Amino acid sequence: MKLFEAHGLSKRFGAQMVLQDITLGFEEGQLTGIMGPNGAGKTTCFNVLTGRYKPDRGRVTFAGEDITGLSPREIARKGISRSFQIMNLFDSYTALGNVLVAMPHVRRQGFNAWRDLGADTTAQQMAAAVLERVGLKGKEYVLASSLPYGQRRALEIGVALAAEPRMLFLDEPTAGLGAEGTARLMDLVRELKRQLTIVIIEHDMNFLFRLADQILVIHWGQVITQGTPAELRQNEWVQRSNLGALA
Amino acid sequence: MQLAPGRAPLFPVPMLITLVLLLSTPLWVARAGLYQYLALEIMIWVLFALGYNLLLGFTGLPSFGHGAFFGVGAYAFGLLQLRVWPNLWFDLLGAVLVTAALGAAVAAFISHRRGIYYALLTIAFGQIFWFVANKWHTVTGGEDGLLNIKRLPADFGFVSFDLASNNALFFFCLALFTAVLIALWRLIHSPLGRILSAIKQNETRAAFVGYNVWLYKWLAFTVSTAVAGLAGALFAMAQQSAYPNVMSLHTSGFVVMMVLIGGGLVSFWGPVIGATFFILARDLLGAYTETWLLWYGLIFMAMVLFKPEGVAGVWQAWKGRPRKAPVATRAGDVL
Repeated sequence: MKLFEAHGLSKRFGAQMVLQDITLGFEEGQLTGIMGPNGAGKTTCFNVLTGRYKPDRGRVTFAGEDITGLSPREIARKGISRSFQIMNLFDSYTALGNVLVAMPHVRRQGFNAWRDLGADTTAQQMAAAVLERVGLKGKEYVLASSLPYGQRRALEIGVALAAEPRMLFLDEPTAGLGAEGTARLMDLVRELKRQLTIVIIEHDMNFLFRLADQILVIHWGQVITQGTPAELRQNEWVQRSNLGALA
Repeated sequence: MQLAPGRAPLFPVPMLITLVLLLSTPLWVARAGLYQYLALEIMIWVLFALGYNLLLGFTGLPSFGHGAFFGVGAYAFGLLQLRVWPNLWFDLLGAVLVTAALGAAVAAFISHRRGIYYALLTIAFGQIFWFVANKWHTVTGGEDGLLNIKRLPADFGFVSFDLASNNALFFFCLALFTAVLIALWRLIHSPLGRILSAIKQNETRAAFVGYNVWLYKWLAFTVSTAVAGLAGALFAMAQQSAYPNVMSLHTSGFVVMMVLIGGGLVSFWGPVIGATFFILARDLLGAYTETWLLWYGLIFMAMVLFKPEGVAGVWQAWKGRPRKAPVATRAGDVL
């Protein structure tokens, strides 16, 4: 049994069928890449898998448990974390503050109205460790809104990691990053790969082909093909796309 | 909302200034050409505005009908005293609980909303309360309101204080005010307060890191109405009456203006400045002209246009102006 499975997911917005009968699965400890052209339904697929939208049909299970239609909060609490393509940070908080409020350690005291969170050194050390993990050591007290783009991307992942997930969904983490930023991100993801089950939507095929254990290609709201990077290199669709130059 | 790093001071300077100024008013308020009752009234409005700002400034939820809960507190205090049991502690606690219960009920209807929809719903609910206060003659006294609300003695068992004089009531209210001020100051630095502010900044992300956003919004509204209820009860005692005007849309608008002019969006202390400024303006401008509210409104508009962060924002900008090399932000500035 796979850690995360979806069967026959469909999602319609008005007259448009965005996801059609998608079935997929992610093995524990593996890194899965999702690729496909713009508008193929990749982000919608993420949104359905992480509870932002409820599927019209189909079933989603995580660790053997049915999580179909649960709210983002409930899914997050089961250990599924995600980052966003369009960045979603707590902009008036520092990098440290962003990570702090995302930690289960803080969430568990969420209704404590008396204790000073700033005096919780344990929490702050834990948060600082997360920042170090995503390469933001030294940026603890910089406002999220003042961080340069690449570091905001890293913080986006830091916030997702702060939740101590078993499973991590990353939506186009390299978007807008330069070569250097992408290389740094690749190191980070390679590091995380040993500890977590990861799913990444990505346009940078070089990035995916180097990191992924398995790649799914989504088009017209369907999984049109899947396989290991080596298998996909032989695939006609992939070859006809812009991959040839990269792989 | 900028928040200090590390441990928050237990008694920050603005808190000490506020309390020392209030505590010392009997010594100088008459010489300044004012009167003790004014200090009492300012304190009550500051209390109301501080509770309101937990919702508006810290959780980012615009309630434009909050005057209703101030009024409910006043009526509840009066009715409990006149009809149930004229005991100060019972009536005060009852007023807070009744207001918080009604606040909780309203919050249950609106907490899935945000922005303009939230604001419109709060206005609608506020008007319902106002309407009921106006029309339910047998209970609320209709347009005449409740008269003869007494300043009951504060009975501690072994000793009892008479609160009939403005001075005595002032010190009693100051004690409660101090307690609430400290509690709210703790709250905004607590995990709860930080989460409320996170929800203000990004509701979606807060849900995706596992928070029950609805419940937190509900709680923020309920707590802020409880404070409004306490302020309203004290106001009923101060005025020795409760009347529909207290819960009108005006009152709701006043508290918004107080909080915004003072700078509640950027500082915990904004409402203190704003409410003081408002009541002083009412009395001082009001002594010269019937149309003081027009002038005050113009000041408000100018403020919103040119300095929406309010007085506290001007102060922060001045204090935080770059001196030497401007860094992204002063290291260790903000949570």
